[in-house]
Amino acid sequence: MKRADFLKKLQERWPESIQDERNENGLEVPAQAIPEALAYLRDDPETRMNYLDFITAVDYPPDTMHVIYSLYSLDKQHRVQLKVKLDRFHPTLATASHLWTNAEWNEREVYDLFGVVFPGLSDPRRILMPEDWEGHPLRKDYLHPNLASKPD
Amino acid sequence: MGLIDKIPAYVEKTPGGGVLMTPLNWVVNNVKASSLWYMLFGLACCAIELMATGASRYDFDRLGMIFRATPRQTDLMIVAGTLTLKMAPRVKLLYEQMPDPKYVIAMGGCTVYGGPFYHDGYSVLKGVDKIIPVDIHVAGCPPRPEALLHGCLELQNLIKTEKLGHKRDRPGLRHLTAGTVRPSGLVVPDSMRVVQNS
Ligand code: SF4
Repeated sequence: MKRADFLKKLQERWPESIQDERNENGLEVPAQAIPEALAYLRDDPETRMNYLDFITAVDYPPDTMHVIYSLYSLDKQHRVQLKVKLDRFHPTLATASHLWTNAEWNEREVYDLFGVVFPGLSDPRRILMPEDWEGHPLRKDYLHPNLASKPD
Repeated sequence: MGLIDKIPAYVEKTPGGGVLMTPLNWVVNNVKASSLWYMLFGLACCAIELMATGASRYDFDRLGMIFRATPRQTDLMIVAGTLTLKMAPRVKLLYEQMPDPKYVIAMGGCTVYGGPFYHDGYSVLKGVDKIIPVDIHVAGCPPRPEALLHGCLELQNLIKTEKLGHKRDRPGLRHLTAGTVRPSGLVVPDSMRVVQNS
């Protein structure tokens, strides 16, 4: 399936879905569509996205946070990436860990480095940084005493 | 008597045998220097060069250097790679588990001062000598096996100058424990403060 076919499928149920112009496999879905859209793509016999590549996020100050799900179908060998726009001050997104088991660690990583909260995660601890670390290092406004200024 | 010819002392001929006269610390130092068993661990890309040094082409074994998989049996810790703040207390613990006399080689830019992560690495310890005393710093990113071998030979030379029962002053010890190098955390100016979700 091509991106346009995925888009048509998603638009039947979530009419706000659009193409992501920056990404040739990308679609943008509303945040309320997660996790139903993911479950739909996983279980639909035409798409069968049975493999979750990764979940990641991009911080766009001053007020936007993007979360990206990269899905792949081992049966059909096609790929799609779903992007969700969130408020970066309260980024909250439903968990997908009941759909793919590896989503749990991916979501813990996104929480650890970007501060996106996934309610429903069974083990919502940090995964990479020490457990008592403060802040989320991959946010653009992250500051830390260890960061030295670069020479001109 | 090939060995005795090389010993910088003299053998007094006495009827019926020889008496070896040599400083005891010469013997002890040479024994220590020529069987440096190092601990088997690597932290990042420098570990690949450490493995290359241990493999047949460069052959660490000919210096008497054999890797051991437990700190209880090692004399030398080669810190090869990027030491993160999360890893630092573990490395300090491993160092403390080694029996005396023990030596440390800091291999690569990361362990010397933070290396390529000096400016952007919020999670990298800038210099392993902040937590444990380092005897030899080997510069490079990564150092070639020749450089590491050079570092080991230099360490052997250092060991050979030691006095008996006297602890050499270690260069590069900044007298900080792993506990105190833990970062105090995030400092955000009020203008950019982000609401923290917990
Ligand atoms: S000094 Fe260079 S090669 Fe060695 S661990 Fe650091 S980045 Fe890797």
